[in-house]
Amino acid sequence: MTTTTVATALRMTDVRKVYPMGDGSEVVALDHATLTLGSDEIVALVGPSGSGKTTLCSIAGGILSATEGRIVVGDEDISGHDAKQLTKFRQEKVGFVFQSVNLVPFLNARENLLVVDELGKRTGKPARDRADQLLEELGLADRAKNLPSQLSGGQRQRVAIGRALMNDPTLVLFDEPTSALDTQLGEQVMELIQNEMKSRGTAAIVVTHDERITHYCDRSVHIVDGRLDA
Amino acid sequence: MKLALTELRRRPGRFATATVILSLIAVLLMFLGGLLDGLIANSTGAIRAQQADAIVYSDTAQASFVRSRIEPDVRAEVEAVPGVTEVGGLGNVQLGGRVPGNGPRDLASVVLFGYELAPDGVPDPPPAGQAYADDTLEADGVEVGMTILLGPARSPIEVIGFVSDTNFAGQSGMWASVDTWRTVLSENRPDAQLADGVFQALVVRGGTTGDSSLPDAIDAATDGATDSYTIDEAISAIPGVDSQTTTFNQIIGVTLVIALVVIALFFALLTVERTSLYGVLKALGAKSSTIFAGLVVQAVVVTAIAATFAGALVIVLDLLIPPGSIPLLVTPSRVISSIVLLLAAAVIGCAFSLRRVLRIDPASAIGTTS
Repeated sequence: MTTTTVATALRMTDVRKVYPMGDGSEVVALDHATLTLGSDEIVALVGPSGSGKTTLCSIAGGILSATEGRIVVGDEDISGHDAKQLTKFRQEKVGFVFQSVNLVPFLNARENLLVVDELGKRTGKPARDRADQLLEELGLADRAKNLPSQLSGGQRQRVAIGRALMNDPTLVLFDEPTSALDTQLGEQVMELIQNEMKSRGTAAIVVTHDERITHYCDRSVHIVDGRLDA
Repeated sequence: MKLALTELRRRPGRFATATVILSLIAVLLMFLGGLLDGLIANSTGAIRAQQADAIVYSDTAQASFVRSRIEPDVRAEVEAVPGVTEVGGLGNVQLGGRVPGNGPRDLASVVLFGYELAPDGVPDPPPAGQAYADDTLEADGVEVGMTILLGPARSPIEVIGFVSDTNFAGQSGMWASVDTWRTVLSENRPDAQLADGVFQALVVRGGTTGDSSLPDAIDAATDGATDSYTIDEAISAIPGVDSQTTTFNQIIGVTLVIALVVIALFFALLTVERTSLYGVLKALGAKSSTIFAGLVVQAVVVTAIAATFAGALVIVLDLLIPPGSIPLLVTPSRVISSIVLLLAAAVIGCAFSLRRVLRIDPASAIGTTS
């Protein structure tokens, strides 16, 4: 009998994030968090406001550094990375879909995808081909030249997903992807997320406080006051 | 950088206010520079036109034509200096000129030069009683063939042609033979008349054979009886030139500082407005240097557009303004140097936004909205 080791997209071990306050006290935003994601696993991170969801995602995505603990994304240990290394890490290994979408308002859909390449490796034609392919897969080929103001809410969300996938990331972080959408549209977006992540074998964390969409994920992890469920 | 240029192309209105303000500042800057150049040209043309390696005054004259007297024996000493190839006498007298058709009190300010060696752009000395006039006198109604009456003695001088850029101390130059000049001087300034062979200054051409400069060699040869200058030194010694230059350069400097502050404020405001966007870009992997470079590119492009428009406007103004009415002189070097200074101000002004860009937190792109 043989055993196969499943590759992990994310391994967080005993991660703490502490903010010192001016009066000498501390705020513990994340308290001994340990979380592992398989290479194509979609995890819903559920918790109330202020529970530490954003802090966990920011640390996993290389935006914040942890006070303590180990963070490995794919095969890269980012625990001791400096700001420059974290910038490079974000260019190459992570995709983000922000709560308020945050497309660049003066770039059309195609250019919003290409901005990832413009900020990173600048591969030129391969990036343009990838952007066109992603837009095709996301059903936005005919909207490539439209500005965000000319797109519907769902279309903007799809452009944001395309942008997050441009650099073929190891991990994609979705921050409240359905909060600005109605129920039907929200379900459509979650279906899209599920299909895109699974078809690419890309891991994802979906931050949400909406229990209705968690069934689109492989599992849910609850967080309260910076502590993850055991 | 591509992002910054795309925003400029797609959202030009966003930068319109700054462009308009910078255009006005650029016009002011170039106009001030043109006025400075015009005033200086109006004061120094007669000296600049001398194709000379030294201008020689008497030792106590302090570079003033009025106070200077060069006797023939001193001139002979100057001519004997090794390296000197040509020496020409030069003198002037400043008088009011009555122009036919103008009112009795409407006098043209004229400085009549008597010369031996022709300056650049001026023909050889004309016959007695005739002179070439600087074209700024056209603004006073002077025409070729007209006879102007100079000074209280109303010495008649016939204008036989126009020359350019030959004014002195803010007065229009007229160029006549030495004999004509001596006659006019003795008729109108009898107390200042000079004997034959005596000049107020010498124009010297040549070079030195030793280590010292030609002016130094001349002063040494005359045993201190002369005070000699290079052309540049003689220009600086003209009363008012240095102080005008200093004053105007200070005003120009202040104008540049204002341009810098305008750019700094505009792009600081833009950075504040785009904090959220920059946070997103940083989260996506943008380096602070990339974002800052984009700001600099936008500042440079906006300033370049404003400065180019201003340059074109000032050149058109210079063409439309009649010679002699305003002492405005627009030169390519002044326009280009103004553009370069404005671009430098743009880059420096942007630098005030660097700290703000560095402090933008990419984590602000993630998380609940307010």
